[in-house]
Amino acid sequence: MSDYSYVRTDMLPQKEPPVSTVGPIGWARTNLFSGVFNSVVTVLMLALVIWILVNLLSWVFTPTWAAQSLSECREIIAALGKEHGACWGVIRERWIQLLFGFYPSELYWRPILTLILLFVAMAPILFSERVPRQLLYVSAAFPFLAPWLMWGGTLWLPLMVAFGIVIGYAVLKVLSPVIGTLGGTLAAIILPILCWVFAAGPVAQGLHGIIPVGIQGVESRLFGGFMLSVWIGVVAIGISLPLGIVLALGRQSDLMIVKYMSVGFIEFIRGVPLITLLFVASTLLNIFMPPGTNFDIILRVMIMATLFASAYMAEVIRGGLAALPRGQYEAADALGLDYWRAQRLIIMPQALKISIPGIVSTFIGLFKDTTLVSIIGLLDPLGLSGSIRADANWNGIVWELYGFIALLFFLSCFAMSRYSMHLERKLRTDHR
Amino acid sequence: MSQLAPEKTIDASAMKVSDEVAIQISDMNKWYGTFHVLRDIDLTVYRGERIVICGPSGSGKSTLIRCINRLEEHQAGKIVVDGIELTSDLKNIDKVRSEVGMVFQHFNLFPHLTILENCTLAPIWVRKVPRKEAEERAMHFLSKVKIPDQALKYPGQLSGGQQQRVAIARSLCMMPRIMLFDEPTSALDPEMIKEVLDTMIELAEEGMTMLCVTHEMGFAQAVANRVIFMADGQIVEQNEPKEFFNNPKSERTQQFLSQIIGH
Repeated sequence: MSDYSYVRTDMLPQKEPPVSTVGPIGWARTNLFSGVFNSVVTVLMLALVIWILVNLLSWVFTPTWAAQSLSECREIIAALGKEHGACWGVIRERWIQLLFGFYPSELYWRPILTLILLFVAMAPILFSERVPRQLLYVSAAFPFLAPWLMWGGTLWLPLMVAFGIVIGYAVLKVLSPVIGTLGGTLAAIILPILCWVFAAGPVAQGLHGIIPVGIQGVESRLFGGFMLSVWIGVVAIGISLPLGIVLALGRQSDLMIVKYMSVGFIEFIRGVPLITLLFVASTLLNIFMPPGTNFDIILRVMIMATLFASAYMAEVIRGGLAALPRGQYEAADALGLDYWRAQRLIIMPQALKISIPGIVSTFIGLFKDTTLVSIIGLLDPLGLSGSIRADANWNGIVWELYGFIALLFFLSCFAMSRYSMHLERKLRTDHR
Repeated sequence: MSQLAPEKTIDASAMKVSDEVAIQISDMNKWYGTFHVLRDIDLTVYRGERIVICGPSGSGKSTLIRCINRLEEHQAGKIVVDGIELTSDLKNIDKVRSEVGMVFQHFNLFPHLTILENCTLAPIWVRKVPRKEAEERAMHFLSKVKIPDQALKYPGQLSGGQQQRVAIARSLCMMPRIMLFDEPTSALDPEMIKEVLDTMIELAEEGMTMLCVTHEMGFAQAVANRVIFMADGQIVEQNEPKEFFNNPKSERTQQFLSQIIGH
């Protein structure tokens, strides 16, 4: 028998790891004080953070909430013996305007109700496992209810718009067995659009003449503030995702026309700055409209923002599709699933899951891009901040206004980001 | 290649070949671009046959069985499966696919669905089986492949051998009349190969019509009633297993067999 021959007779039990590698002490030791250089850097950075915080907090905490003008703020701060300080009077005086623009104050309940309904409508989609499924009816009604609440007018208009979708569905069911799926789908898209553009308005007016049901109308030029950003953002986000999925599938399609139309659309939209599209929406589009038509400016902006985002969305989702192994398509095919079922049950759930970070990035980017509408004269928070600073009382104020607006946007975008992380964790099924 | 020494005796009582034609391939040709992958393939498979297809890599054996459920399209010749000819008609293709089960080298389970959902998806959406019945059927086949207790886990939590057995169960849930196996054990560790082969042997014992692309020559000797050797896109030799292994006729076959067995 050779020297290294060995047989273990007793198996070793599991032992605790050394104390210095676990717990808070272990964490600090490995992350903050691992070596002389790292310890020095840690102490220096700590000092820097404290210095910034002390200065920032002394600027933020000033008793200027009640001030009526910038000069009054300056007196209060000077009386405290401080050199700098925030002037919060402007926020107290204008926060409602920054939130609602010039929306009639007696009708504030309508955008607030819309926002509450938005959360109720999103709940069954975002947190499907925690809320009753019946809430999906609210989700289905929301796209028709929300514009009516925001703009007001006759109730017949949203009903007519919903009717257009019913027509589309009926056409799809009746025609596609007769003239094929592609023809049926095209007819089901074109007919409702014709119905909306030409029939919905007059018919709704006619019906309103017979049975008047409606609430006070609010003109688009009164829309403004953070409400406007959220309104444009929600619509564009809500529509760009399904549109992006369709475009991504179109780009991968075997049908030449569908493929090249998708590619052309995506490449054109991605090749043009959003500002250009918004200018087209605000000025050029009217030239192509029949004379006398009044196509709402906010609606036009929404359409442009949606198209812009959907082109990016399509590419993000195409990335997800490309990341799926070919075997997934083959397995779906081999089981006899047809194209749409395979897409809905096998391909899209996985491709969208892979694309979540990209999709949410596009959402966040889109939401922040809504501030660009100030350039074509809409009064979003940035547009309003210009007019507030033009007020003699607040002339010279910068940080407080922009800080407030930044806070609003940060809270919204951070919430989206956290939700996407939650979703990724929830959908992780590979290794747990 | 590992040899399967069949430890369990095989019950051949139900392994009967009828004279009903299950698959008829005549004069079939396929090209990848200008590369001629399958050349003048003629093959008639009778119901109840267990055919093993072997050959060097790149010989077109996988392509051949993938043509049978039209994962690959053939450009010339005729393939008739269960009386349905495969053309570009999508309805016929989906019909054939729902009658023909397929097991892949890399399992191709759906990672976002549980094992049970993997097995019930196609019966519910393609065959319109009620959910409850589909679940009962799935549990039946999962017990048959001996993993009923994993039904609520996700594919990523299972070992390779278990995943492949789930893939077999998933195919069986569609009640196929023909099963295709595309190198089902090539991606598995040796100790897992046996559990998958055992499942396949059980399937053969029940009289399933099977076409297997595999290098498991032990399996071929024990179960197959016919072995087909392919090289360069052509069927070079086919025979019953005993003759094929003991007395290969063509030089190409002899060379192949000496390489995979004689080491």
